[in-house]
Amino acid sequence: MAENEHLEVPPELERNVFLTTLDAIYNWSRKSSLWPMMFGLACCAIEMICTAAARYDLARFGMEVMRPSPRQADVMIVSGTVTKKMVPQVVRLYNQMPQPRYVVAMGSCATGGGPFKEGYNVVSGIDKFIPVDVYVPGCPPTPEALLYGMMRLQEKIKRQSIKTVPWYRKEYRDDIPVPVLGPDVLDLRRKEEIKRKSKELAEASVPRYKRILEEMKASS
Amino acid sequence: MAQPETVVAGVDLPFNDAVPGAVIGRDGEALVVARDKLLELARYLRDHEGYDYLSSVTGVDNLTHPKRKDVERFEVVYHLYSTKRGGGPLVLKARAPEDDPEIPSVVSVWPGADFQEREIWDLFGIRFPGHPNLRRILLWEGFHGHPLRKDWKEAYYEEEKKPYKSRHPDGRYDLKAKYPWHEERAVFHDNLVFPEGFDPDQMDIPVVEYRLGQDIYRELEGIKTDRIIVNMGPQHPSTHGVFRMVVALEGETIVGLEPEMGYLHRNHEKIGERNTYLMNIPYTDRLDYICSMSNNLGYVLAVEKLMGGVEVPERAKYLRIIMVELTRIINHMWAIGFLLNDLGAFFTPALYAIEERELILDLFEAASGSRMMCNYMRPGGVVRDVPDGWIEEARKLVHNRLPRAVDELDAYLTKNEILLARTKGVGYLSPEDAIAYSTSGPVLRGSGVPYDIRKVEPYCIYDRFDFDVVVEDGGDVYARYMVRIREMRESLKILRQALRDIPEGPVLPPGKQKYSFRIPPGEAYQRIEAPKGELGFYLVSDGTANPYRYHVRAPSFINLTALGPMCIGYKVADSVAILGSIDIVLGETDR
Repeated sequence: MAENEHLEVPPELERNVFLTTLDAIYNWSRKSSLWPMMFGLACCAIEMICTAAARYDLARFGMEVMRPSPRQADVMIVSGTVTKKMVPQVVRLYNQMPQPRYVVAMGSCATGGGPFKEGYNVVSGIDKFIPVDVYVPGCPPTPEALLYGMMRLQEKIKRQSIKTVPWYRKEYRDDIPVPVLGPDVLDLRRKEEIKRKSKELAEASVPRYKRILEEMKASS
Repeated sequence: MAQPETVVAGVDLPFNDAVPGAVIGRDGEALVVARDKLLELARYLRDHEGYDYLSSVTGVDNLTHPKRKDVERFEVVYHLYSTKRGGGPLVLKARAPEDDPEIPSVVSVWPGADFQEREIWDLFGIRFPGHPNLRRILLWEGFHGHPLRKDWKEAYYEEEKKPYKSRHPDGRYDLKAKYPWHEERAVFHDNLVFPEGFDPDQMDIPVVEYRLGQDIYRELEGIKTDRIIVNMGPQHPSTHGVFRMVVALEGETIVGLEPEMGYLHRNHEKIGERNTYLMNIPYTDRLDYICSMSNNLGYVLAVEKLMGGVEVPERAKYLRIIMVELTRIINHMWAIGFLLNDLGAFFTPALYAIEERELILDLFEAASGSRMMCNYMRPGGVVRDVPDGWIEEARKLVHNRLPRAVDELDAYLTKNEILLARTKGVGYLSPEDAIAYSTSGPVLRGSGVPYDIRKVEPYCIYDRFDFDVVVEDGGDVYARYMVRIREMRESLKILRQALRDIPEGPVLPPGKQKYSFRIPPGEAYQRIEAPKGELGFYLVSDGTANPYRYHVRAPSFINLTALGPMCIGYKVADSVAILGSIDIVLGETDR
């Protein structure tokens, strides 16, 4: 705890009175009781449950309260592959979390698609849609790795300051528009770009799929 | 196209006196069936020949198979078994051409084909007239195209088969290439494929209709009641993963339930077709992610069968059995812990179960290098021998700690009055229904059907061990719970025998190990008794180093066919307990 140079505490009160900054108290109370949202998608969820279980305890970090409701959660640990069918729900849940909120991308699937990156139903990393604070690599990350990631998140919280945190700014809105499931998942922030590129593809001399089909027929 | 005839090259075609014109040819061990006689033949087989268990319905696209140029493009393969006689499958194939992809639905004969036919419609585009609810199951309505067709290319598509020369030009990943990252090579710089000329402003999103029984408003003895539809949505504390149930309620009683899955559809089969045979083994770990060793075993046995049988060393055979039975204990502990979680005993029984699981995972980490995704089995054996002292540790666990842990769980839970009140009589599934819905594993044996693949069609060396098939007659959630507790004790019996008899020796066949090997054209279906049920792998090879078609018959997916009928008439809170007793895992359900 930082001490103000101009104030001195009399020695007989040193055990009862501490001088510190508002930031330190604010951050200490927030980081010591982060409530994760119970949001297990796939295999990483099993390791997350093991982290919360008896051997690698999350309760010693204050995180044993795993709330299923996003309204009561502080940090969303996205554990597992985010598929295109699920991504609207993930973004909706992120929007429903009250500030201050953090996102931990656990595992290689949430970080960048993982082993399933080339699948037609897999989003190449959750950071294409929501902002991520800590990335924990691994497939699945061992509970020790996840605990290290949570500790880094705590350090990140410790470095924040009330003067600069985004949620106390006026007119601050960081809700993400919920993606729409059309022929493929459509991020509404990229609508114009996709429209333009689709038009270019349609006007190209030989569309990509026709070319691939012709190559296949020629080689078979 | 084969002409209908009863004698082909001097060999008689079966069933043609009972259902004339049905079987029109042979393809390996499969019988090719004319699609207009399929239903008749199906009814005859179920009623008169005793093939009452439809294990697997798979679709295959024959477009680029080098040996199938003169065969229709789409085919559907059925694997039928008989629960009374046991033994091997009867394989049927029905074919449909490209311009008329329709095959009659067999749901009226075997209701277990429900979800599987929907999956084939979703991924291949083959229609099944006669199916009561043919809509997409793993992808969403409005998805462009049918992805498992051979001419459907994904956004990151570079070449037909791996290893890609474009990514590894000299065998090494080229980071200085013009486009080192996959995103930059894809059209939209992302994993997206839109139809050409797509206009987001004029997009038309279809609305899904749920078939949830009768009409919504009706009078009940003069009182007007409303039927509400409640969504137990993909993010829910008790749906065991991203699984969604759409429930129609009258008061608190369930009158209709429809599951909705696909929220974890990770394209295992499409990726599997591009991978080589060895590259697929880590992907099988991620199917049923709690029991990775048994998924590995199923796949590896299927590849060995496809290769025509491989000589596996004795030590490897015993190691495989030890790993799989330890996995069974892990899975049943986890299932019981989470069933109790669903019933409201938040986390204490689960913590007891997870502690035993951690001890077994220590063994797995010592043997294979990883706690969960073990990647331990190979065609021909296991990848490496266990370290010194492993067998001693395993013996200590199996003889001392695990029996006491199982007895402890049994003592705390089995006679607990809350458990009895909430699970006895809940979620009844009769034996005939269990067989008709193609359920397997503890769900089938908890309804009184003594069908265990380890005894019926033994694989590996299960015929050398002395163990019993656990059957309970209740058919309710309590019966399935008791089946799991007793199966853990049978697994401990097998483990004691295996750990006693394991010989020394090599764990892989002699000779140089290869990373990629070609398999001559053929097909194979291998099923094992995974902890959750019957896990089957269907592989078709075309002579190259990559599988042509790779299908996983997932027990959780097919056991869910019974979820809807099992829940009707019970309360909403019971649906959670019933789902917990089926024991699903989403990695397997959605693949």
